[in-house]
Amino acid sequence: MSDEKNIFSRAEEFMQLFKKGADFTQELLKENERLRFKMVQLEEENNLAKLSGGDSSNTLIAELNKKLQGLEQEMQKLLERHREVEDENKDFANRYLEIEQENNNLANLYVASYQLHSTLDFKEVLQIILEIIINLIGGEMFGILLLDEKTNELTAVATEGVEREDIPLIKIGVGIIGGVAKSGDNYFVDEIKPFSKFNPTIPIVCIPLKIKEHVIGVIAIYKLLEQKPKFSALDYELFTLLAGHAATAIFSSKLYSESERKLSTIQGFINLLTK
Amino acid sequence: MAYKILIIDDSPTMRQLLVFALKRLSGIEVVEAADGVDGYKKLTSGKIDLILADINMPVMDGLKLVSIIRSNPDYKDIPIVMVTTEGGKEDREKAISLGANAYLTKPIQAPQVLSIVKELLKIT
Repeated sequence: MSDEKNIFSRAEEFMQLFKKGADFTQELLKENERLRFKMVQLEEENNLAKLSGGDSSNTLIAELNKKLQGLEQEMQKLLERHREVEDENKDFANRYLEIEQENNNLANLYVASYQLHSTLDFKEVLQIILEIIINLIGGEMFGILLLDEKTNELTAVATEGVEREDIPLIKIGVGIIGGVAKSGDNYFVDEIKPFSKFNPTIPIVCIPLKIKEHVIGVIAIYKLLEQKPKFSALDYELFTLLAGHAATAIFSSKLYSESERKLSTIQGFINLLTK
Repeated sequence: MAYKILIIDDSPTMRQLLVFALKRLSGIEVVEAADGVDGYKKLTSGKIDLILADINMPVMDGLKLVSIIRSNPDYKDIPIVMVTTEGGKEDREKAISLGANAYLTKPIQAPQVLSIVKELLKIT
């Protein structure tokens, strides 16, 4: 009997335990269900968030792309402008060099012109012409020849690097020098070759000294300084200046010297008569 | 800072040409002399910062002038630039050995003169 009771009691305990296990399992199932529901809910929320969030980022990307394109276009424009400015700078630099050169040339021409008309003394004028040819053109051997209108001959009146006596009288129209005196046109050799021997009738340059179209003499250059291999653009301008201004300066100083001499003679006579 | 430059050349044309070139630099005062003796007198009578001297001159030539200037301790450091028609290597070497700082041959170009003057006077 007690065994039966014992068995029933243990069965009851087992049943309770089983019931507890069943309750626990029910709770677990409920919790599982709740969590599944929660997960589905979260997934939906997540999907919704993704959907709404995707639209805004696409818009943002589109905007950024637009801005980027705008900036790229602006950069291209700036690069183009930069290239234009660089080209302009190069042009300005070249122009500056040209103006600088022109400025130098004008300064030289001004000095030459100023000096030529700074005196009425014939010898000083000749000396200034020599100085211009040495210092501004770079002549080493040359002469100034004036035309005697009575004899039609050219006579050396001033020289550098060569004796005056070494340049003979030259008839107008004869040879290079005589030809220049007759035609009134400049003469330049095509190519300056190394100097070998002095020949008074064969210059490398011959410039007529002209007052309007009237030739009063010539400048004949036979040799340039060794550091001066060829003529520059300025030299041709200086030759043109010399052709006119040197001629005027020579002519004026000669007239002035003659008038001074005559005045002195007349003054002498007056002094004799009045004493 | 003002600099005083002494130009020694017997040619007034050359002196005027150099004055014109130097006028492009601000703060430059120019003193002129027609030969070596006159040049030395001007050097001793005032503070000179640089000398531009020709070689072929009457009374005293440029090379003699350079040697006299360099033998005087008061003027041994003044920069001297020779400006001459003598383009030979020997002339150049002689001038430099006597104490010239630079050697320019005629016909000169203004930018060339200015460049050397600025270099020797350390003008930026």
